[in-house]
Amino acid sequence: MKKLSIRNIDQGAIMKLNKILKNGFLIIVTCFALSACATSKKSTGQMQGDVYTGTDTVEYLASGVPDRVFFATNESVLTTASRETLRKQAAWLRKNSKITIVLEGHADERGTREYNLALGERRANAAKDYLMTYGISSDRISVLSYGKERPVDSGSNPLAWSKNRRSVTVKAN
Amino acid sequence: MLRIVLFLLLTLIPYKALALIEVDITRGNLNPLPIAVSPLSIDEKSKQTFEKILKKKDIGSEISTIVENNLKISGLFNPLNKDAFLQAPDIANLKPRFEDWNLIKAQALITGKVNFIDEKLRVEFRLWDVLAAKEMMALAFTTVPTNWRRVGHIITDKVYERLTGERGYFDTRIIYVAEEGPKTRRIKKLAIMDQDGANNKFLTLGNELVLTPRFNPTSQMVTYLSYFRNLPRVYLLDIETGMQEVVGDFPGMTFAPRFSPDGKKIIMSFAKDGNSDIYTMDLENRIVEKITNHPSIDTSPSYSPDGKYICFNSDRSGYQQIYIMKNDGSGVKRISFGKGLYGTPVWSPRGDLIAFTKLHKGKFYIGVMRTDGSGERLLTENFYQEAPSWSPNGRVLIFYRETETDDKGEGFSAKLWSIDLTGYNERLVNTPTDASDPSWSSLLSN
Repeated sequence: MKKLSIRNIDQGAIMKLNKILKNGFLIIVTCFALSACATSKKSTGQMQGDVYTGTDTVEYLASGVPDRVFFATNESVLTTASRETLRKQAAWLRKNSKITIVLEGHADERGTREYNLALGERRANAAKDYLMTYGISSDRISVLSYGKERPVDSGSNPLAWSKNRRSVTVKAN
Repeated sequence: MLRIVLFLLLTLIPYKALALIEVDITRGNLNPLPIAVSPLSIDEKSKQTFEKILKKKDIGSEISTIVENNLKISGLFNPLNKDAFLQAPDIANLKPRFEDWNLIKAQALITGKVNFIDEKLRVEFRLWDVLAAKEMMALAFTTVPTNWRRVGHIITDKVYERLTGERGYFDTRIIYVAEEGPKTRRIKKLAIMDQDGANNKFLTLGNELVLTPRFNPTSQMVTYLSYFRNLPRVYLLDIETGMQEVVGDFPGMTFAPRFSPDGKKIIMSFAKDGNSDIYTMDLENRIVEKITNHPSIDTSPSYSPDGKYICFNSDRSGYQQIYIMKNDGSGVKRISFGKGLYGTPVWSPRGDLIAFTKLHKGKFYIGVMRTDGSGERLLTENFYQEAPSWSPNGRVLIFYRETETDDKGEGFSAKLWSIDLTGYNERLVNTPTDASDPSWSSLLSN
């Protein structure tokens, strides 16, 4: 882009100023948020704490081998149920030694985009580390974070968010 | 192509003339300054020529409409209804009858004239102080006719500067992510538009997911995140040529890119093995430097305008908080200590403030704090909003806001909003589709 050259003819004026606005003031938005807290403890049969325990969105890599694990808000720690799922995946991968996988890490919509990209990567790597301790070579696993870009449930409620905090194991070949 | 030449028109104001009007933009503006924008006058021959070239019936009045709209959006001015104007535009430009303008309570008046000369658009305009009955400014410029909208923006910048004492921000563009489709399969494209929403253009086709475009403060380059071939990486895009390239050769996801203030480096996050750290890459010699080295998530880096410091987002304390450090990564210091989580710190171009997103008790806030973390002020609260970006003069923030999806899975939208640093003047920024991740350019006519 070319530079714009400006010469201002008005050099002399000294701004002496009557304040037009006498009663302006800085606004401070007080935080009186009282809305429902996404992390409220409840066990609805589909959630334990705020970790999803249902099967609505779950697909299967093979009979009895669920494809995904779920996380608590802001967490990447694997739950007991998640570890069980991943052990099943590891057994299936050991049996099918030619299969390679992508671990897709996701976050819910209640976080800033860039942090959630990092969080999705951290979640997928938690799953990867666990599979590796059960003998799956890192060569067979790649990791892809989608952050909050690909929710499975478009709802704006704690249950939908719990389904979206996940790491999904996807066959790559 | 975008060259606009301004030249000396007249020297009018005697030294030490006192202007009575001034607009104080450091306060929330409850009484916008009444200003009359007289349509720019135009001779019949020029009018017909421009009608042929630009398909605009009266280019003089089109340009003044742009000025009026800009002034209104700023929240600092109240452009008066043209129906009340008594004086004809051409005569007003020669010598306003100040009593007439006083009568309709105008405190400032903009007049001007448009000509077609040597295949060019020539515009002159004057700013008058109605109460003091004096001319405050007179400028003229010539440009190619297709630049007519920019002429309106430049006039606004000049008026804004003259009346507020601060640089304007109207001759600027916004790059953002245009969104369409259901939330679970959102299609995202890079898009660019003028600051007032005109000249919207899509820069990518939507074949791959794109996120977080940011302008180079010194040129028309953009850096952004693309999932091209399912590999999330930081790219560079030259808006003028459409040329794109990957930034660096990282074995994993790079994201959260921004330019250094001199435009010579890109600072970004690189995620590997569950750990995100901050890196820079020099765009000239391609040297990559690791800036943070911590087993937590370090992301959303943003330089101070002098390039000496970096603010960033980290969860090293257990939760997302804002930190600053020297540009070599030393001297890391947490600055956010309020209740809740903090993200997306962005250093003001004026250097004095850091804008951020805050999550507290299920609500999202856009706020600002001083660079030592003191003086936190929350400007706006909503269900979801984030990603503030500063206007080049550091007076306005643009960000995006998402609405809640109802139980039927409907009602979701993502839109751009702007708000003054004062917390006043919150406005929806119109975009043809849903929109997110806005980034404000520098002044084009610097």
